[in-house]
Amino acid sequence: MSTLKPTVSEIDHVQGGNSASIEIVEFGDYQCPYCGNAYPILKEIEETFGDQIKFVFRNFPLQESHEFAFRAALSAESAGLQGKFWEMHDALYENQYRLADDLFEELAETIGLDLEKFKSDSELDSTKEKVENDFESGIRSGVNGTPSFYVNGTKFDGEATDLYQMLKESTE
Amino acid sequence: MTNNSHYALLDKKDFIFKLHNMLEKGATAPDFELNATPDQKIKLKDFKGKNVILAFYPADWSPVCSDQMALYNEMLKYFGKYDAQIFGISVDSVWCHLAFEQDRKLHFPLLADFEPKGKVSKTYGVYDDEVGESKRALFVIDKEGKIAWSYLSPTAVNPGADGILDALEELSKK
Repeated sequence: MSTLKPTVSEIDHVQGGNSASIEIVEFGDYQCPYCGNAYPILKEIEETFGDQIKFVFRNFPLQESHEFAFRAALSAESAGLQGKFWEMHDALYENQYRLADDLFEELAETIGLDLEKFKSDSELDSTKEKVENDFESGIRSGVNGTPSFYVNGTKFDGEATDLYQMLKESTE
Repeated sequence: MTNNSHYALLDKKDFIFKLHNMLEKGATAPDFELNATPDQKIKLKDFKGKNVILAFYPADWSPVCSDQMALYNEMLKYFGKYDAQIFGISVDSVWCHLAFEQDRKLHFPLLADFEPKGKVSKTYGVYDDEVGESKRALFVIDKEGKIAWSYLSPTAVNPGADGILDALEELSKK
């Protein structure tokens, strides 16, 4: 059974209840269509279960398969440095269908980032390292495709819809 | 009737044989020579002194986001850290591999276990006779050519790479 390595810490991007009993970690790629399909379902899960769950996103860009995946991950992390990781995360998935070189700055502007800072943060080694460390944690945790989900530290073998179903049953 | 029960017995023996057939830790990795491209052959014994990962898989062209080869393609630098070379092996022909490599931008060799079909997969005990494809199986071979770790995955499940990295890490401690 594959488990999450390392466990969730303060360097992770967390949404929802901090003391929630259910912790969901997604390893995702902003250009992966399956992750794009999972995105609205995860939103629904978050709405349905509110503070009962804690949702964490880690980057797993398949950059050889998806040419914009790595840059998209850098953009989300850079937005995070201005306290707007989730705004960028959401904007990227909502605009996945039109991913292109000039989209990142457009989204940065839309969500109200300091554009100069966003651009320079995207170039930082530390930003790149954050994405690469997420990727490596995915490999060590047994990620075998995107999206991959971990529930309370254990790999969940299923899609977002299966996850939703499982949560409904377990909180009944 | 007699004939039927005779066959049933054969089937059972064959089944048990299949279960125990896959090469495991400690065995010497059988040498092979397979085409990586139409004019390049790879010999396992030429890689003595390096760790080798053999990833047997059923077929080229599975869906991309969950594709095992696409995943390993992203991991070459991690394998490199452990001085390990990875080869994918399936029964697809060199031309099929070539097209697949180009389409998926793969940066490691795919070997064609094509003629005689599945010979190397059979030697390693990971050939599926019923479908005529390699099973989804992983081997980590150490620098002396001994199998350090092996794993047979259910065919429908991409086994990821955590097991490979754990095995390589173990070897690096020696």
